[in-house]
Amino acid sequence: MNGIHDMGGMQDMGPVRREPNELVFHAPWERRMFALFNGLDLPWPVMRQQIDLIPPADYLRISYYERWLSAIIPLMTNAGMLSPNEIETGKVIGGRNDKWHVVTAAEVATWNLPESNPESFPDSGAAFRVGQQVRARNLNPAGHTRLPRYVRGKAGTIHRDHGVASFDDAVASGLGKKPQHVYAVRFAARDLWGEKAAPRDGVYLGLWEEYLEAI
Amino acid sequence: MTTRRDLLSTALTATGAALVSTSVPAEGHSHDHEHQAVPSDPALRVKALETLMVAKGLVDPTALDAIIEHYEHKVGPHIGARIVAHAWVDPEFKRRLLADGNAAIAELGYGGTNLVVVENSPSVHNLIVCTLCSCYPWDVLGLPPLWYKSAAYRSRSVIDPHGVLREFGLSLADEVEVRVWDSTADLRYLVLPERPAGTDGMSEVDLAALVTRDAMVGIATLSSPRERVHA
Repeated sequence: MNGIHDMGGMQDMGPVRREPNELVFHAPWERRMFALFNGLDLPWPVMRQQIDLIPPADYLRISYYERWLSAIIPLMTNAGMLSPNEIETGKVIGGRNDKWHVVTAAEVATWNLPESNPESFPDSGAAFRVGQQVRARNLNPAGHTRLPRYVRGKAGTIHRDHGVASFDDAVASGLGKKPQHVYAVRFAARDLWGEKAAPRDGVYLGLWEEYLEAI
Repeated sequence: MTTRRDLLSTALTATGAALVSTSVPAEGHSHDHEHQAVPSDPALRVKALETLMVAKGLVDPTALDAIIEHYEHKVGPHIGARIVAHAWVDPEFKRRLLADGNAAIAELGYGGTNLVVVENSPSVHNLIVCTLCSCYPWDVLGLPPLWYKSAAYRSRSVIDPHGVLREFGLSLADEVEVRVWDSTADLRYLVLPERPAGTDGMSEVDLAALVTRDAMVGIATLSSPRERVHA
C-alpha cells in the first residue's frame, strides 16, 4: 500500500533530533506494549501491515509505541485471539483457541542464540545472478509490500544473493510463506535522485525475487 | 468537537481496553516530531489489554518480564562490539563474517537474525536505515534509539545521507562512497567500522570497549584512543 510509512526520499520531515540521554523506553507502558506483541509470537509482516494501515495524519502524530497499540488490537481480532466484544468489555467471553503457542521465559533466553536463526528453505534456483542489471517492478499493491516507492521502476544491479527466505508480502496477506530468493540490489544514488546526488553513492535494498525483472 | 482524548476517556470508563479508532482527528494537537509526551491513556489501555491477554492465556506474564529484561538489558551494543573487535584481530573470522554473518557469529554463540555485515574502509562508508518502519539488528545492538525510528531519519537517509551524517557531526571527504542500506527485507545490517589508528597490540576486550553503537549503525566513525582522551 502506498502509505505514509513508505517515507524514503521525503524531504520535509525536519532535522534528525537526538535525545540527550537515549532511553530504550520512555514510559513503563511502552515496556509492556513491547513485550505484549513480542510475547504473542506472531509474524512481523502481519504487525507491520496493521501499522501501515494507520491513517497518515495519525501515523505522523502518534508516538512509536502508540502505533503498536493501534495495530495490535485489529491484529489480535483478525487472528481470532480476542473478539471485538472482549476488547470492548475487557472481559473474557469466548474460549481460548489452543492453536496459539504461548511464549515462555525459557524460550526468550534463546532468542539471540544460533538455534533461533530464521527458518531456511530449499533452493530451487535463482532467477538473477550477481552483477546482473535488473529493474524494480512498478508494483502498487493494495496490501503490505516491502518494495518502497522510491525504487519502483528504477534500474539497479544485483549486488549479492542472500538465498531463499519467506516472502513478507505473502505472509502479511495470509498466503503462506511463498519462499523465494532475496537479493541485495544496488541502485546508484544518481539514478534515484538525479545529478545532485554524489556520483559514487549507492542505496542498497533487500528485495525479493518477484519484485524484480531482468533488463 | 470530540477529540481523540475525549473518546479515549469515554471508552476507558468500562475497562480501559476499549478498541479506539486512531482515525479521529485531534484538533489543535500539534507535534513537529515523533517523540511526544504521552499521558496516561495508553498506559491504561495497555494494562487492560495485558490483563485480558493473560486472563485468556494468550501470554505468560513471566515471559513478558523476560522479554523486557532481554531487550532492555541482556542484548545491546556490547554484543556488536565484541563481534567487531573479533573481526579486527582475526582476519579469517572477518572474511567469514562478511561472507555469512550468521555462520560467523554462531562461532561466538550468537544468532537469532539474518545478519549482514558491511565493512567500512577509507573509501567506503556504510549507513543503515529502515525507511518503511524501524528494522534494526536487535540481537546484536539492542533496541534502536528514537532518532533511528524518526520520520526525519527514515525519510532523509536515503536521499541525503551526507546531510544526515553532518547533522550527526560526521563530515565525509568528497571521494568517500556512501552506501546506504535500507532494511526492506528480513536482513539486519551491522557496520564493521574501521579499526582506529594507534590500537596495535590492544587486547580484543579493550578494542571492543572502543566500538560504539553509532559507529555500528554508520552515523559515526571511531577515533583513536589518544584522540578520545583529548576529545
